[in-house]
Amino acid sequence: MSETLRKMSFEAIVIGGGGAGMRAALQLTESGLKTACITKVFPTRSHTVSAQGGITCAIASHDPNDDWRWHMYDTVKGSDYIGDQDAIEYMCSVGPQAVFELDHMGLPFSRFENGRIYQRPFGGQSKEFGEGGQAARTCAAADRTGHALLHALYQGNLKGGTTFLNEWYAVDLVENDDGDVVGVVAICIETGETVYIEAKATVLATGGAGRIYQSTTNAHINTGDGIGMALRMGLPAQDMEMWQFHPTGIAGAGTLVTEGCRGEGGYLINKDGERFMERYAPNAKDLAGRDVVARSMVMEILEGRGCGEKGDHVFLKLDHLGEEVLESRLPGICELSRTFAHADPVVEPIPVVPTCHYMMGGLPTNIGGQVLYPESESESRVVEGLYACGEVACVSVHGANRLGGNSLLDLVVFGRACGLQIEKSMSEGFESKAATQANLDKAMARLHKLNSSEGGESISAVREELQKIMQLYFGVFREGESMQKGLQLLRDLKSKIDNLHLRDKSGAFNTDRIEALELQNLFEVAFATAVAAEERKESRGAHARNDFTERDDENWLKHSIYYPQDERVGKRDVNFKPATLDAFPPKVRTY
Amino acid sequence: MLNVSVYRYHPEQDQKPYMQDFQVDTGGKDLMVLDVLFLLKEQDSTLTFRRSCREGVCGSDGMSINGVNGLACITPLSDCVKNGKLVLRPLPALPVIRDLVIDMDQFYQNYERIKPFLQNDKPAPAIERLQSPEERAKLDGLYECILCACCSTACPSFWWNPDKFVGPSGLLQAYRFLADSRDTATEERLAELDDPFSVFRCHGIMNCVNVCPKGLNPTKAIGHIRNMLLSRGT
Repeated sequence: MSETLRKMSFEAIVIGGGGAGMRAALQLTESGLKTACITKVFPTRSHTVSAQGGITCAIASHDPNDDWRWHMYDTVKGSDYIGDQDAIEYMCSVGPQAVFELDHMGLPFSRFENGRIYQRPFGGQSKEFGEGGQAARTCAAADRTGHALLHALYQGNLKGGTTFLNEWYAVDLVENDDGDVVGVVAICIETGETVYIEAKATVLATGGAGRIYQSTTNAHINTGDGIGMALRMGLPAQDMEMWQFHPTGIAGAGTLVTEGCRGEGGYLINKDGERFMERYAPNAKDLAGRDVVARSMVMEILEGRGCGEKGDHVFLKLDHLGEEVLESRLPGICELSRTFAHADPVVEPIPVVPTCHYMMGGLPTNIGGQVLYPESESESRVVEGLYACGEVACVSVHGANRLGGNSLLDLVVFGRACGLQIEKSMSEGFESKAATQANLDKAMARLHKLNSSEGGESISAVREELQKIMQLYFGVFREGESMQKGLQLLRDLKSKIDNLHLRDKSGAFNTDRIEALELQNLFEVAFATAVAAEERKESRGAHARNDFTERDDENWLKHSIYYPQDERVGKRDVNFKPATLDAFPPKVRTY
Repeated sequence: MLNVSVYRYHPEQDQKPYMQDFQVDTGGKDLMVLDVLFLLKEQDSTLTFRRSCREGVCGSDGMSINGVNGLACITPLSDCVKNGKLVLRPLPALPVIRDLVIDMDQFYQNYERIKPFLQNDKPAPAIERLQSPEERAKLDGLYECILCACCSTACPSFWWNPDKFVGPSGLLQAYRFLADSRDTATEERLAELDDPFSVFRCHGIMNCVNVCPKGLNPTKAIGHIRNMLLSRGT
């Protein structure tokens, strides 16, 4: 089927209006390139808004002697050594500048007495390369840092004059005859019109995909649209088995309770009132890596020391901090807990359980955000015209486990870096071939099929089935046989995904259509996760296997690469060549 | 069973809006209104509403819930259901696009009008601009706005003059920058607001305060702006 689409042309487009997308858009707009930010929700509704505790960065406010190299060490260790050290070095060293820019943009950071930005301790932080005790490196605006950051970035973009296409949904990337990305097919949600948005540079900043799980801290909009689009184009995804389960989601509701609670002195207790993290992580205790804390909590529950009637959660105790600290440092948490847990943290503990939170994997990129196609373990080529930053990207600064507060830093540092790289490419005269009608027809194929569906599966029922499979077979603890079963269930589900029934065929604000398209993206992400998880036969970071309980550096000190064409998993070398210091060699990871 | 009456309007299909009745099995649980909407969407996938974070921070799902503006995701049934009935309508005063989805352009324009970004005429330092905890405390109760439009669409002054009166949300943000020790554009900001409509159409009836899902107080912020305008000597 062929039709002529209206075309809009830009030099650069950014798909996604969260932290990474808006930081990239700001950089591009300021550079004078004709740029549009395409976002399926009004920018301040993006999921960055839900980030709470802060942005980790060695701005040397709490400790004047703080050093970005210590932050780098912590991040490398936190990643269980499969974070790329050149990228981590870049993030930690450029970070302070990116954070100061946010302050200049107006972000209302909390303050110390001397007027500098307030920093709190977070998990996995140390001084002196792990030898100097707990650091306090997370810059915070109370416990609403994501909200403050997202609004400041939107405000910065308003000031800069960025063009926004708000409530537009990107369907699929357009690939020209050379295999370059030359824009995207997108739907204007309000009218239902489908448009080809042409661009020489397309930035994917579509965020995560936590909605593949039944229980998640993620917003409903986190459906992995960028990963879905890239996989359908045949591009590989990296480390997709690495999903972070945040230790403290509110039991039942899934809403996030910031690690900053433990940073401020809160701690976890089991049904006996025991501070059990002292057993699992004698030094860092409740501020060990998130993967370590999440596993410890599940162990407590499995061993019958969980709280509540069903013993299916533990408690986060905060009341000893006193009302004043809670209301000034953690006001949002008090509000969330009262609303969703019916528990007032001032007087009683919050019921919490590990909850899917963050996708460490994503599209492999270089530091400039250019999407890479790994051709062998050591060689990659750049996919011309395509960039990625933020959670959708795997640059990789988080490796097998992200440290708290590093996602917001990732957003601003690499959103900015993406913009800088595009500016450079454009000034060097980058050109790409125009898309042909055949190229556009290919990008329209999925939408056409859905629009012509006469019958088939219920969107909400299939989504629920997918989420249950992922929750059951690819959770905090994993095991080969059960993952194979889960994988088979996903293969069976594929026919339903290809046979969704779009009941509502109308144009205006058709959320039925958007949800169907999102569900197909969720499936792409889930399937890549499942294949990669089954393949990585070791335990590392967030990937914990009952049948391979040890880390296997000999075989798996590697990124996994999922190739969608043949559903195969390959390996890719981890970068151990930072530019200005010696690499941190893998060590046994204890807290 | 809960009786739910929902405002329906599809611009391509309906001459005029109508109310549609549903029955929902809540399983006896005190669900949030948003959860009820999900159950309704399972019954009728054409039902249209915005949602994102489902925890009251993104501001997507502002709507009129049994006549009171609020966020569907943090409004439990126990707080709003009367006589076993729940009536859901779009936020008032702005055009409806479809069902519970409104066209928020006017609301956003009023936000943009107050130049909602930090302005400072001095070159930025190499680090952050210093701000004491006391100065920073002045921003509490202001910066937390989520732009959900519950307040402005509850305000009669906004209903009558949406293009001239900035409205409680926009004015709360205007004061957020007036109150920021890092901002130096105070005079320009006040000059922009100094007319009979922009600020002074607020009659202090505090509908905005009553409905704000974040517990903010736009009326108080508007009072501060009034004082600043008056002491500016006009």
